[in-house]
Amino acid sequence: MEYFNIFVKSIFIDNMIFAFFLGMCSYLAVSKTVKTSLGLGVAVTFVLLITVPVNYLIDKYLLQPGALAWVNPKLADVDLSFLSLILFIAVIAAIVQMVEMIVEKFSPSLYNALGIFLPLIAVNCAVLGGSLFMQQRAYANVGEVTCFALGSGIGWLLAIVGIAAIREKLRYSAIPPAMKGVGITFIITGLMGIAFMSFMGIKI
Amino acid sequence: MKRIDLIKNPLSKDNPITVQVLGICSCLAVTAQLKPAVVMALSVTVVVALSNLIISLMRNTIPPRIRIIVQLVVVSTLVILVNQILMAFVYDVSKQLSVYVGLIITNCIVMGRLEAFAMSHGPVDSLLDGIGNGLGYGIILVILGFVRELFGRGTLWGYPIFEKLGLYNIGYENNGFIIMAPMALILVGIIIWIQRRNCEKS
Repeated sequence: MEYFNIFVKSIFIDNMIFAFFLGMCSYLAVSKTVKTSLGLGVAVTFVLLITVPVNYLIDKYLLQPGALAWVNPKLADVDLSFLSLILFIAVIAAIVQMVEMIVEKFSPSLYNALGIFLPLIAVNCAVLGGSLFMQQRAYANVGEVTCFALGSGIGWLLAIVGIAAIREKLRYSAIPPAMKGVGITFIITGLMGIAFMSFMGIKI
Repeated sequence: MKRIDLIKNPLSKDNPITVQVLGICSCLAVTAQLKPAVVMALSVTVVVALSNLIISLMRNTIPPRIRIIVQLVVVSTLVILVNQILMAFVYDVSKQLSVYVGLIITNCIVMGRLEAFAMSHGPVDSLLDGIGNGLGYGIILVILGFVRELFGRGTLWGYPIFEKLGLYNIGYENNGFIIMAPMALILVGIIIWIQRRNCEKS
Protein backbone atom coordinates (compact mmCIF):
# COMPACT_ATOMS: atom_id res chain seq x y z
CA MET A 1 0.00 0.00 0.00
CA GLU A 2 2.94 2.29 0.76
CA TYR A 3 4.10 2.05 -2.87
CA PHE A 4 0.69 3.02 -4.24
CA ASN A 5 0.55 5.89 -1.80
CA ILE A 6 3.87 7.35 -2.99
CA PHE A 7 2.85 6.84 -6.60
CA VAL A 8 -0.44 8.75 -6.32
CA LYS A 9 1.10 11.41 -4.11
CA SER A 10 3.84 12.20 -6.60
CA ILE A 11 1.36 12.43 -9.49
CA PHE A 12 -1.17 14.79 -7.92
CA ILE A 13 0.03 16.37 -4.68
CA ASP A 14 3.75 16.79 -5.34
CA ASN A 15 3.26 17.42 -9.03
CA MET A 16 6.60 18.40 -10.60
CA ILE A 17 5.17 21.36 -12.49
CA PHE A 18 2.38 22.73 -10.34
CA ALA A 19 4.00 22.27 -6.94
CA PHE A 20 7.73 22.64 -7.71
CA PHE A 21 7.90 24.32 -11.15
CA LEU A 22 10.44 21.83 -12.46
CA GLY A 23 10.97 21.41 -16.18
CA MET A 24 9.20 24.68 -16.97
CA CYS A 25 11.48 25.58 -19.88
CA SER A 26 10.62 22.61 -22.05
CA TYR A 27 7.06 22.70 -20.70
CA LEU A 28 6.62 26.20 -22.13
CA ALA A 29 8.60 25.61 -25.32
CA VAL A 30 7.19 22.27 -26.48
CA SER A 31 3.53 22.50 -25.41
CA LYS A 32 2.20 23.88 -28.69
CA THR A 33 0.49 20.69 -29.88
CA VAL A 34 -0.81 17.66 -27.99
CA LYS A 35 1.10 15.19 -30.14
CA THR A 36 4.62 16.52 -29.57
CA SER A 37 3.98 17.20 -25.89
CA LEU A 38 2.81 13.59 -25.45
CA GLY A 39 6.10 12.46 -27.02
CA LEU A 40 8.17 14.64 -24.70
CA GLY A 41 6.12 13.57 -21.68
CA VAL A 42 6.69 9.88 -22.41
CA ALA A 43 10.41 10.50 -22.92
CA VAL A 44 10.72 12.38 -19.61
CA THR A 45 8.83 9.64 -17.74
CA PHE A 46 11.08 7.01 -19.28
CA VAL A 47 14.31 8.84 -18.39
CA LEU A 48 13.12 9.59 -14.85
CA LEU A 49 12.18 5.94 -14.38
CA ILE A 50 15.74 4.87 -15.24
CA THR A 51 17.90 7.66 -13.78
CA VAL A 52 16.29 8.13 -10.37
CA PRO A 53 16.74 4.50 -9.17
CA VAL A 54 20.29 4.43 -10.58
CA ASN A 55 21.15 7.64 -8.76
CA TYR A 56 19.53 6.23 -5.63
CA LEU A 57 21.87 3.25 -5.71
CA ILE A 58 24.89 5.50 -6.37
CA ASP A 59 23.87 7.73 -3.48
CA LYS A 60 23.30 4.81 -1.14
CA TYR A 61 26.41 2.78 -1.94
CA LEU A 62 28.96 5.47 -2.85
CA LEU A 63 28.16 8.95 -1.63
CA GLN A 64 26.38 9.02 1.72
CA PRO A 65 28.41 9.31 4.91
CA GLY A 66 29.60 5.81 5.71
CA ALA A 67 28.27 4.39 2.43
CA LEU A 68 31.66 3.06 1.39
CA ALA A 69 31.82 0.68 4.38
CA TRP A 70 30.90 -2.26 2.09
CA VAL A 71 34.21 -1.79 0.23
CA ASN A 72 36.40 -1.68 3.28
CA PRO A 73 35.53 -1.01 6.95
CA LYS A 74 38.34 1.58 7.01
CA LEU A 75 36.34 3.78 4.63
CA ALA A 76 33.34 3.96 6.99
CA ASP A 77 33.84 7.62 7.87
CA VAL A 78 34.27 8.88 4.30
CA ASP A 79 31.58 11.38 3.27
CA LEU A 80 31.40 12.06 -0.46
CA SER A 81 27.96 13.67 -0.50
CA PHE A 82 29.36 16.98 -1.81
CA LEU A 83 30.04 15.16 -5.09
CA SER A 84 26.39 14.21 -5.58
CA LEU A 85 25.51 17.07 -7.95
CA ILE A 86 28.29 16.40 -10.43
CA LEU A 87 27.81 12.63 -10.29
CA PHE A 88 24.03 12.84 -10.73
CA ILE A 89 24.26 15.09 -13.78
CA ALA A 90 26.98 12.89 -15.27
CA VAL A 91 24.81 9.79 -14.79
CA ILE A 92 21.81 11.55 -16.33
CA ALA A 93 23.78 12.79 -19.35
CA ALA A 94 25.32 9.34 -19.88
CA ILE A 95 22.03 7.47 -19.53
CA VAL A 96 20.20 9.84 -21.86
CA GLN A 97 22.93 9.31 -24.45
CA MET A 98 22.75 5.54 -23.96
CA VAL A 99 18.96 5.41 -24.15
CA GLU A 100 19.15 7.39 -27.37
CA MET A 101 21.58 4.92 -28.94
CA ILE A 102 19.67 1.84 -27.75
CA VAL A 103 16.32 3.15 -28.97
CA GLU A 104 17.86 4.09 -32.31
CA LYS A 105 19.25 0.57 -32.74
CA PHE A 106 16.25 -1.50 -31.69
CA SER A 107 13.22 0.60 -32.48
CA PRO A 108 13.71 3.17 -35.25
CA SER A 109 10.01 4.11 -35.19
CA LEU A 110 10.13 4.99 -31.49
CA TYR A 111 13.41 6.81 -32.16
CA ASN A 112 11.77 8.93 -34.83
CA ALA A 113 8.97 9.79 -32.42
CA LEU A 114 11.17 10.56 -29.41
CA GLY A 115 14.50 11.29 -31.09
CA ILE A 116 14.43 15.05 -31.19
CA PHE A 117 13.38 15.29 -27.54
CA LEU A 118 15.98 13.02 -25.99
CA PRO A 119 18.95 15.44 -26.06
CA LEU A 120 16.68 18.12 -24.54
CA ILE A 121 15.98 15.93 -21.55
CA ALA A 122 19.56 15.82 -20.26
CA VAL A 123 19.21 19.46 -19.23
CA ASN A 124 15.57 19.25 -18.12
CA CYS A 125 15.26 20.42 -14.53
CA ALA A 126 12.57 17.82 -13.82
CA VAL A 127 15.03 14.96 -14.32
CA LEU A 128 17.81 16.35 -12.11
CA GLY A 129 15.13 17.59 -9.70
CA GLY A 130 13.75 14.05 -9.41
CA SER A 131 17.17 12.79 -8.31
CA LEU A 132 17.68 15.65 -5.85
CA PHE A 133 14.24 15.22 -4.27
CA MET A 134 14.91 11.49 -3.99
CA GLN A 135 18.09 12.32 -2.06
CA GLN A 136 16.35 14.89 0.15
CA ARG A 137 13.29 12.80 1.05
CA ALA A 138 15.30 9.70 2.03
CA TYR A 139 13.12 6.92 0.61
CA ALA A 140 13.49 3.52 2.23
CA ASN A 141 14.24 1.23 -0.72
CA VAL A 142 14.50 0.95 -4.49
CA GLY A 143 10.81 0.04 -4.84
CA GLU A 144 9.65 3.28 -3.26
CA VAL A 145 12.09 5.29 -5.35
CA THR A 146 10.84 3.66 -8.54
CA CYS A 147 7.23 4.46 -7.63
CA PHE A 148 8.22 8.05 -6.93
CA ALA A 149 10.05 8.34 -10.27
CA LEU A 150 7.16 6.83 -12.26
CA GLY A 151 4.62 9.01 -10.47
CA SER A 152 6.54 12.24 -11.02
CA GLY A 153 7.00 11.40 -14.68
CA ILE A 154 3.30 10.72 -15.17
CA GLY A 155 2.44 13.91 -13.28
CA TRP A 156 4.68 15.89 -15.63
CA LEU A 157 3.11 14.14 -18.64
CA LEU A 158 -0.40 15.00 -17.44
CA ALA A 159 0.52 18.64 -16.95
CA ILE A 160 2.16 19.13 -20.33
CA VAL A 161 -0.60 17.31 -22.26
CA GLY A 162 -3.22 19.35 -20.41
CA ILE A 163 -1.62 22.70 -21.21
CA ALA A 164 -1.05 21.67 -24.84
CA ALA A 165 -4.73 20.82 -25.23
CA ILE A 166 -5.70 24.22 -23.80
CA ARG A 167 -3.18 26.05 -26.00
CA GLU A 168 -4.57 24.35 -29.12
CA LYS A 169 -7.99 25.83 -28.29
CA LEU A 170 -6.52 29.21 -27.32
CA ARG A 171 -5.60 29.94 -30.91
CA TYR A 172 -9.24 30.84 -31.52
CA SER A 173 -9.67 33.16 -28.54
CA ALA A 174 -9.29 36.92 -28.40
CA ILE A 175 -6.25 37.58 -26.19
CA PRO A 176 -4.64 41.04 -25.76
CA PRO A 177 -1.74 41.12 -28.25
CA ALA A 178 0.95 41.73 -25.62
CA MET A 179 -0.36 38.75 -23.65
CA LYS A 180 -0.27 36.24 -26.52
CA GLY A 181 2.03 33.24 -26.33
CA VAL A 182 4.09 33.10 -23.16
CA GLY A 183 2.10 35.53 -21.01
CA ILE A 184 -1.22 33.75 -21.25
CA THR A 185 0.47 30.35 -20.86
CA PHE A 186 1.88 31.44 -17.51
CA ILE A 187 -1.51 32.56 -16.26
CA ILE A 188 -3.23 29.38 -17.42
CA THR A 189 -0.53 27.29 -15.73
CA GLY A 190 -1.20 29.27 -12.57
CA LEU A 191 -4.92 28.53 -12.80
CA MET A 192 -4.22 24.82 -13.41
CA GLY A 193 -1.93 24.91 -10.38
CA ILE A 194 -4.76 26.29 -8.26
CA ALA A 195 -6.97 23.43 -9.45
CA PHE A 196 -4.26 20.91 -8.51
CA MET A 197 -4.00 22.49 -5.07
CA SER A 198 -7.37 20.98 -4.26
CA PHE A 199 -5.66 17.58 -4.01
CA MET A 200 -3.47 18.86 -1.22
CA GLY A 201 -5.42 17.75 1.84
CA ILE A 202 -6.06 14.24 0.56
CA LYS A 203 -4.66 11.38 2.65
CA ILE A 204 -4.55 7.95 1.09
CA MET B 1 28.08 46.14 -30.01
CA LYS B 2 29.20 48.36 -27.14
CA ARG B 3 30.25 46.65 -23.94
CA ILE B 4 27.81 48.61 -21.81
CA ASP B 5 24.97 47.13 -23.88
CA LEU B 6 26.05 43.65 -22.83
CA ILE B 7 25.04 44.54 -19.29
CA LYS B 8 22.16 46.88 -20.09
CA ASN B 9 20.18 44.85 -22.63
CA PRO B 10 19.44 41.80 -20.46
CA LEU B 11 18.00 44.10 -17.80
CA SER B 12 15.11 45.22 -19.97
CA LYS B 13 14.53 44.47 -23.64
CA ASP B 14 16.47 41.18 -23.74
CA ASN B 15 15.57 39.94 -20.26
CA PRO B 16 16.32 36.24 -19.78
CA ILE B 17 13.04 35.53 -17.98
CA THR B 18 10.40 37.67 -19.60
CA VAL B 19 11.74 37.79 -23.17
CA GLN B 20 13.96 34.75 -23.68
CA VAL B 21 11.80 32.66 -21.28
CA LEU B 22 14.76 30.82 -19.73
CA GLY B 23 15.31 29.72 -16.15
CA ILE B 24 11.71 29.85 -15.05
CA CYS B 25 11.77 26.94 -12.59
CA SER B 26 13.92 28.49 -9.90
CA CYS B 27 12.55 31.98 -10.46
CA LEU B 28 9.11 30.85 -9.31
CA ALA B 29 10.05 28.51 -6.51
CA VAL B 30 12.39 30.67 -4.44
CA THR B 31 10.53 33.97 -4.48
CA ALA B 32 8.07 33.53 -1.63
CA GLN B 33 10.36 35.76 0.44
CA LEU B 34 12.87 38.46 -0.41
CA LYS B 35 15.96 37.03 1.28
CA PRO B 36 16.16 33.67 -0.52
CA ALA B 37 15.34 35.47 -3.77
CA VAL B 38 18.32 37.81 -3.37
CA VAL B 39 20.65 34.96 -2.38
CA MET B 40 19.49 32.91 -5.37
CA ALA B 41 19.93 35.88 -7.72
CA LEU B 42 23.50 36.41 -6.51
CA SER B 43 24.35 32.70 -6.80
CA VAL B 44 23.03 32.50 -10.36
CA THR B 45 24.89 35.70 -11.35
CA VAL B 46 28.15 34.29 -10.00
CA VAL B 47 27.67 30.94 -11.73
CA VAL B 48 26.66 32.45 -15.10
CA ALA B 49 29.48 35.01 -15.09
CA LEU B 50 32.24 32.59 -14.07
CA SER B 51 31.11 29.73 -16.30
CA ASN B 52 30.84 32.13 -19.24
CA LEU B 53 34.39 33.31 -18.52
CA ILE B 54 35.84 29.80 -18.15
CA ILE B 55 34.11 28.35 -21.22
CA SER B 56 35.09 31.39 -23.25
CA LEU B 57 38.75 30.89 -22.29
CA MET B 58 38.54 27.22 -23.26
CA ARG B 59 36.34 27.68 -26.33
CA ASN B 60 39.05 26.99 -28.91
CA THR B 61 40.21 23.77 -27.26
CA ILE B 62 36.82 22.13 -26.61
CA PRO B 63 35.96 19.51 -29.25
CA PRO B 64 32.48 20.45 -30.51
CA ARG B 65 31.09 16.92 -30.17
CA ILE B 66 31.51 16.73 -26.41
CA ARG B 67 30.98 20.38 -25.57
CA ILE B 68 27.75 19.78 -23.64
CA ILE B 69 29.50 17.42 -21.23
CA VAL B 70 32.41 19.84 -20.79
CA GLN B 71 29.99 22.69 -20.10
CA LEU B 72 28.05 20.57 -17.62
CA VAL B 73 31.22 19.65 -15.74
CA VAL B 74 32.36 23.28 -15.49
CA VAL B 75 28.92 24.47 -14.40
CA SER B 76 28.38 21.73 -11.85
CA THR B 77 31.81 22.34 -10.30
CA LEU B 78 30.92 26.02 -9.86
CA VAL B 79 27.50 25.10 -8.44
CA ILE B 80 29.08 22.74 -5.92
CA LEU B 81 31.36 25.58 -4.80
CA VAL B 82 28.41 27.96 -4.45
CA ASN B 83 26.41 25.32 -2.58
CA GLN B 84 29.22 24.68 -0.10
CA ILE B 85 29.73 28.42 0.47
CA LEU B 86 26.00 28.94 1.09
CA MET B 87 25.91 26.03 3.53
CA ALA B 88 28.90 27.46 5.38
CA PHE B 89 27.78 31.08 5.71
CA VAL B 90 23.97 31.28 5.37
CA TYR B 91 22.80 27.85 6.45
CA ASP B 92 19.13 28.79 7.04
CA VAL B 93 18.74 30.26 3.55
CA SER B 94 20.47 27.28 1.99
CA LYS B 95 17.93 25.02 3.75
CA GLN B 96 15.08 27.13 2.34
CA LEU B 97 16.48 27.00 -1.18
CA SER B 98 16.83 23.18 -0.81
CA VAL B 99 17.23 21.51 -4.21
CA TYR B 100 17.02 24.71 -6.21
CA VAL B 101 20.71 25.55 -5.68
CA GLY B 102 21.63 22.22 -7.26
CA LEU B 103 19.20 22.91 -10.06
CA ILE B 104 21.26 25.94 -11.18
CA ILE B 105 23.20 23.30 -13.17
CA THR B 106 20.20 22.70 -15.40
CA ASN B 107 19.08 26.31 -15.31
CA CYS B 108 18.49 27.13 -18.95
CA ILE B 109 20.02 30.61 -18.58
CA VAL B 110 23.44 29.12 -17.83
CA MET B 111 23.45 26.61 -20.68
CA GLY B 112 21.75 29.07 -23.01
CA ARG B 113 24.35 31.80 -22.49
CA LEU B 114 27.21 29.32 -22.82
CA GLU B 115 25.91 28.00 -26.12
CA ALA B 116 24.72 31.31 -27.55
CA PHE B 117 27.45 33.65 -26.36
CA ALA B 118 30.53 32.25 -24.62
CA MET B 119 31.33 29.71 -27.35
CA SER B 120 31.79 32.51 -29.88
CA HIS B 121 33.03 35.57 -27.96
CA GLY B 122 36.11 36.67 -26.05
CA PRO B 123 36.51 36.30 -22.27
CA VAL B 124 35.85 39.94 -21.28
CA ASP B 125 32.66 40.20 -23.34
CA SER B 126 31.50 36.82 -22.02
CA LEU B 127 32.08 37.83 -18.42
CA LEU B 128 30.07 41.02 -18.93
CA ASP B 129 27.32 39.14 -20.74
CA GLY B 130 27.16 36.66 -17.86
CA ILE B 131 26.90 39.42 -15.28
CA GLY B 132 24.24 41.20 -17.34
CA ASN B 133 22.09 38.12 -17.73
CA GLY B 134 22.52 37.17 -14.10
CA LEU B 135 21.36 40.62 -13.06
CA GLY B 136 18.46 40.55 -15.55
CA TYR B 137 17.36 37.29 -13.93
CA GLY B 138 17.98 38.75 -10.49
CA ILE B 139 15.87 41.85 -11.07
CA ILE B 140 12.77 39.77 -11.80
CA LEU B 141 13.47 37.59 -8.76
CA VAL B 142 13.76 40.64 -6.53
CA ILE B 143 10.52 42.15 -7.89
CA LEU B 144 8.66 38.87 -7.31
CA GLY B 145 10.18 38.36 -3.87
CA PHE B 146 9.34 41.94 -2.88
CA VAL B 147 5.70 41.75 -3.97
CA ARG B 148 5.09 38.27 -2.60
CA GLU B 149 6.68 38.86 0.80
CA LEU B 150 5.16 42.32 1.27
CA PHE B 151 1.58 41.36 0.45
CA GLY B 152 1.77 37.72 1.51
CA ARG B 153 3.32 38.15 4.94
CA GLY B 154 3.37 41.91 5.52
CA THR B 155 7.13 41.81 6.06
CA LEU B 156 10.26 42.79 4.11
CA TRP B 157 13.52 40.92 4.73
CA GLY B 158 11.80 39.60 7.87
CA TYR B 159 11.02 43.14 9.14
CA PRO B 160 7.28 43.45 10.01
CA ILE B 161 6.63 46.55 7.94
CA PHE B 162 2.81 46.46 7.84
CA GLU B 163 2.61 45.86 11.58
CA LYS B 164 4.74 48.95 12.26
CA LEU B 165 2.57 51.00 9.94
CA GLY B 166 -0.44 49.90 11.97
CA LEU B 167 -2.33 48.52 8.96
CA TYR B 168 -3.67 45.54 10.91
CA ASN B 169 -5.44 47.86 13.35
CA ILE B 170 -7.56 49.33 10.57
CA GLY B 171 -8.68 45.93 9.31
CA TYR B 172 -5.96 44.93 6.78
CA GLU B 173 -5.27 41.22 6.42
CA ASN B 174 -2.40 39.41 4.75
CA ASN B 175 -3.18 37.83 1.39
CA GLY B 176 -1.94 34.31 2.14
CA PHE B 177 -2.79 33.21 -1.38
CA ILE B 178 0.06 35.20 -2.90
CA ILE B 179 2.68 33.02 -1.17
CA MET B 180 1.21 29.91 -2.80
CA ALA B 181 2.99 28.45 -5.80
CA PRO B 182 0.40 29.23 -8.53
CA MET B 183 0.28 32.94 -7.75
CA ALA B 184 3.96 33.22 -8.73
CA LEU B 185 3.08 32.03 -12.22
CA ILE B 186 0.25 34.53 -12.51
CA LEU B 187 2.52 37.36 -11.31
CA VAL B 188 5.17 36.49 -13.90
CA GLY B 189 2.43 36.45 -16.55
CA ILE B 190 1.44 39.95 -15.53
CA ILE B 191 5.06 41.20 -15.56
CA ILE B 192 5.48 39.80 -19.08
CA TRP B 193 2.28 41.54 -20.12
CA ILE B 194 3.40 44.93 -18.78
CA GLN B 195 6.85 44.61 -20.27
CA ARG B 196 5.65 43.66 -23.73
CA ARG B 197 3.24 46.60 -23.71
CA ASN B 198 6.13 48.94 -22.91
CA CYS B 199 8.37 47.44 -25.59
CA GLU B 200 5.65 47.77 -28.21
CA LYS B 201 5.16 51.44 -27.41
CA SER B 202 8.84 52.39 -27.57
